[in-house]
Amino acid sequence: MSANKGANMDENKNPVGGTSTRRTRWQKAIQPTVIVIAVVLLVALNLYIRRPDVDPYILGVLCLTGINMILAAGLNLINGFTGQFSIGHAGFMAVGAYTAALLTTYRNFPFLPATVLGALAAGMMGLVVGIPALRLRGDYLAIVTLGFGEIIRVVINNIPITGGAQGLVAIPGYTTFYWVEGWLILILVLISNLIRSGVGRCLLAIREDEVAATALGVDTTFYKVLAFTIGAASAGVAGSLYAHQIMYIDPSVFGFFKSIEILIAVVLGGLGSLTGSVLAAGLLTALPELLRGFAEYRMIVYSALLVLVMLIRPAGLLGQLEAVDILGWRRRPRPQWRTTGAGSGSDAFAAVQADLTTTDRLRGASK
Amino acid sequence: MVEFLQQIINGLSLGSIYALIALGYTMVYGILKLINFAHGDVYMVGAFAGYYAAAVFHWSFVPALLFAMAGAAVLGVAIERIAYRPLRNATRIATLITAIGVSLLLENLGIVVLHPEPRAFPDLVQLRMVRLGALYINNRQLVIVLVATILMIALQWVVNRTRIGQAMRAVAEDQDTARLMGINVDRVISFTFALGSALAAAAGVLVGLYYGRIDPLMGIMPGLKAFVAAVLGGIGLIPGAMVGGLVMGVAEVMVVAFLSSTWKDAVAFAILIVILLVRPSGLLGRAVREKV
Repeated sequence: MSANKGANMDENKNPVGGTSTRRTRWQKAIQPTVIVIAVVLLVALNLYIRRPDVDPYILGVLCLTGINMILAAGLNLINGFTGQFSIGHAGFMAVGAYTAALLTTYRNFPFLPATVLGALAAGMMGLVVGIPALRLRGDYLAIVTLGFGEIIRVVINNIPITGGAQGLVAIPGYTTFYWVEGWLILILVLISNLIRSGVGRCLLAIREDEVAATALGVDTTFYKVLAFTIGAASAGVAGSLYAHQIMYIDPSVFGFFKSIEILIAVVLGGLGSLTGSVLAAGLLTALPELLRGFAEYRMIVYSALLVLVMLIRPAGLLGQLEAVDILGWRRRPRPQWRTTGAGSGSDAFAAVQADLTTTDRLRGASK
Repeated sequence: MVEFLQQIINGLSLGSIYALIALGYTMVYGILKLINFAHGDVYMVGAFAGYYAAAVFHWSFVPALLFAMAGAAVLGVAIERIAYRPLRNATRIATLITAIGVSLLLENLGIVVLHPEPRAFPDLVQLRMVRLGALYINNRQLVIVLVATILMIALQWVVNRTRIGQAMRAVAEDQDTARLMGINVDRVISFTFALGSALAAAAGVLVGLYYGRIDPLMGIMPGLKAFVAAVLGGIGLIPGAMVGGLVMGVAEVMVVAFLSSTWKDAVAFAILIVILLVRPSGLLGRAVREKV
């Protein structure tokens, strides 16, 4: 382990893997191209759904895809970038969905404030769950988040206002493709900017080695709870969008399987790759719709895929790389996920060290 | 008071089931530091193996129980060999995700192959009520407690009195040193999985007997609760799993009896969260400082 770490430190002098600040000329040229392609695709999609004869079924699938992308991106912030293993994401989605749906259905709130309040409620729940749970590590944290997810579900099942197991009906169908698109872009921009900031470097440092991060003066609890809260709030947004699209929610929708579905998207795309999450969530939502006939076998394929990916490529399809990194033909040594040893720890730490002034400032502001 | 005692008895029989499952979690965790998420599904497969032995081959209780235990042991060893061993040196998150994947795979294979509808488990033990003062005990509860006790005593004997048990304890203590002492670590791990899976299968057959119905998703909740029981008692400790299982069973039955059955599934997790915050090493555990 330690020898590996040393070797890595020598050959890899670039700061922060995956979100490098130093780019080759080739990359500088290719990155705008990638962005242009993405924008063109997005515009094409928007033009397509404006057509009067657009199939409402396809529209529905597109919305669900976007919602799942939000969920995966939020979970990746917690699992992939901060390295805190949470498997109760559906619980936060449920909080957001119920808060927003109750507000619009019974209090005639407009969609935007209801969704914002749903996100706030989910974020608050993330804070409440996160503060005690994040004192734990690794697999204990996983099982506690699972437990909280289940508790949230049982509570919703038992309080009268939510309609219990019968669910909440007649939710107004406010969700449109544009709402999903707007929220998705907003959340992606927020998260990708966050992980490139000083805060993001602290998160990466925590993922790589929590003890070392503490030694460098990173307030690990604060940053872990922060990532957890933001992830939970984004799940709340997704929940609200979901509730107002399907127009009916019941607690069983937000069970353990939903959490696992989101987790599969994150793992498949790559823990620590935002574009990976988005692509995988898109793929995993669209594929089953295309393969309706094989619905029975969908979960078998999913779970087998999960095991196979872990056995063959434990870092996920994109690992910690973003799509631009791959298309940019990056030549410099790439940081690796920790399965191969200490990995990119040294990178993140170099950056944190260089960044300590920022960290101190942020911590000062947070207290 | 009678009601309370009656519920204690119900709780102890449910708790014995949790304890049997929890033992598998705790042994595997003790050796590999892995939450074997698939353990609850091994319990399900054990229940179905017992079902086929009884319903198709018309075997009686004890042979069916042994058949289920043997079948689950093979499954447990196979899971470890195929899914966990290649990841022995991977991160714990990678192995945990794999374990979740194996668990989902077994559940969904179960749904497709065994069909999701619950099945009636054959009446291997004729139901009779035994009167004990003002209390009623059903003879199936007695069978559960009896079988669980025998299995736990046998396990204690294996772990504390045999060579392979000594090897298990050595591997749990320090894998590398154990290997240096000439212990075949892989074989010990396989044996641990076999042992844990066999106990889970026994629990599966007992549950089938008690509730009279089994289905492919029956392993999820008991699996999670048994894991909580293992943590409650102190994970990695065999007596801890037994105590934790019993406490868990009694607590759950009490909530159902005196509060509401809809809160049943939240009890386990509430207990888990409290125990992890207050005493993370469990009831019987000692605090261990993390080494850097």
